[in-house]
Amino acid sequence: MHVLTFTLLTLVGALVAGLVGALTGLGGGVVLVPLLTLGLGVDIRYAIGASLVCVIATSSGAAAAFVREGYTNIRVGMFLEIATTVGALIGTVVAVYVSSSTLAVIFGIVLLFSAAQSMRHRVEHIAVTAPGSLGARLRLASTYPHNGELISYGVEHVPAGFAMMFVAGILSALLGIGSGVVKVLAMDRAMHLPYKVSTTTSNFMIGVTAAASAGVYLHRGYIDPALVMPVVLGVLAGATIGARMLARVQVKPLRMFFTVIMVILACEMLFQGLTKRI
Amino acid sequence: MSESPTTHAHEDFALEQRLGTLLRGGVILSAAVTLIGGVLYLAAHGMAPASYHIFAGEPAGLRTVGGVFAGAARGDAASIIQLGVLLLIATPVARVFISVIGFARERDWMYVACSLIVFGLLCFSLIHGG
Repeated sequence: MHVLTFTLLTLVGALVAGLVGALTGLGGGVVLVPLLTLGLGVDIRYAIGASLVCVIATSSGAAAAFVREGYTNIRVGMFLEIATTVGALIGTVVAVYVSSSTLAVIFGIVLLFSAAQSMRHRVEHIAVTAPGSLGARLRLASTYPHNGELISYGVEHVPAGFAMMFVAGILSALLGIGSGVVKVLAMDRAMHLPYKVSTTTSNFMIGVTAAASAGVYLHRGYIDPALVMPVVLGVLAGATIGARMLARVQVKPLRMFFTVIMVILACEMLFQGLTKRI
Repeated sequence: MSESPTTHAHEDFALEQRLGTLLRGGVILSAAVTLIGGVLYLAAHGMAPASYHIFAGEPAGLRTVGGVFAGAARGDAASIIQLGVLLLIATPVARVFISVIGFARERDWMYVACSLIVFGLLCFSLIHGG
């Protein structure tokens, strides 16, 4: 295959991944690595490098809008980013000792877990910060806009959230994903932040988490410019179109379809990893 | 809610607007640079065989911040793409740096410290390579 043909194929695949990622809110990163490795035969290390760069692009692009609208809790984000960046740097060290096959297996498990989470029923929390708790001392409580008014909310179980963010950081570096699912779980389930605040703050944190490991991988030679170029431009174009289409599209059936795709990709990654084909 | 949450929220609002503008600008700029590098790269190497299935690692000039800048200055297409990638990685790093300044203006020293820790870790990764 010529570089030109490969570039065009990758561009189209990345565009679809970015489009569906933005429409479903599940993020494109989690399907990019399987797309590149299973679909186009790219070495998993190059795929992880390219995917991390895309994750920074889409999260920064989306965060720009969410931050202005006042959903994102920048204090919660900033504090928990200590855990995700330390986790990411440790993840880059762990990556040296993990074979490509093992990475594929871990990837498959995380994909299955993400698919399961996407089908979960959502419960909206409004927590109250306990006086004297870590959340109170860190002044994490804030407000968010809902139906035209500002709603106050508190934060609970900060240490548990912090620990989960550490895991999210390791997974992000190891697999080249944003780990949005684990981040949302930490804030929504453990810290009881409102769902919209959890998703936007997770998105806000993803860029910083991915940048921590992308720097290391750049030095290790995982980031190939000729591969990154169509992947990042395709994903950005897809995400931009997706954001514009969002108001006119039935998200629920699309989410269902995307979840099925994730399960199929997960099984294929598990199979390829367990049989040492990757 | 005894400690003036309204003034806090107001100053956070100004910071949020700045961060939003910065993030958008960074992404647009890096996409433009990547696109220019990509067009030049395809013009020069479009007909070469693609080989990404075997990991060989990138040449030294594409692995360091200094090397990428030097290559881009020479007009090397791969280095220009890599410069776009560096700009993209730098966008969240710059966001953290702006947060340091924003929290310092609010005299919120605890969050100045948080932001500085994250900023330090990111710089360490980007410059030193872990």
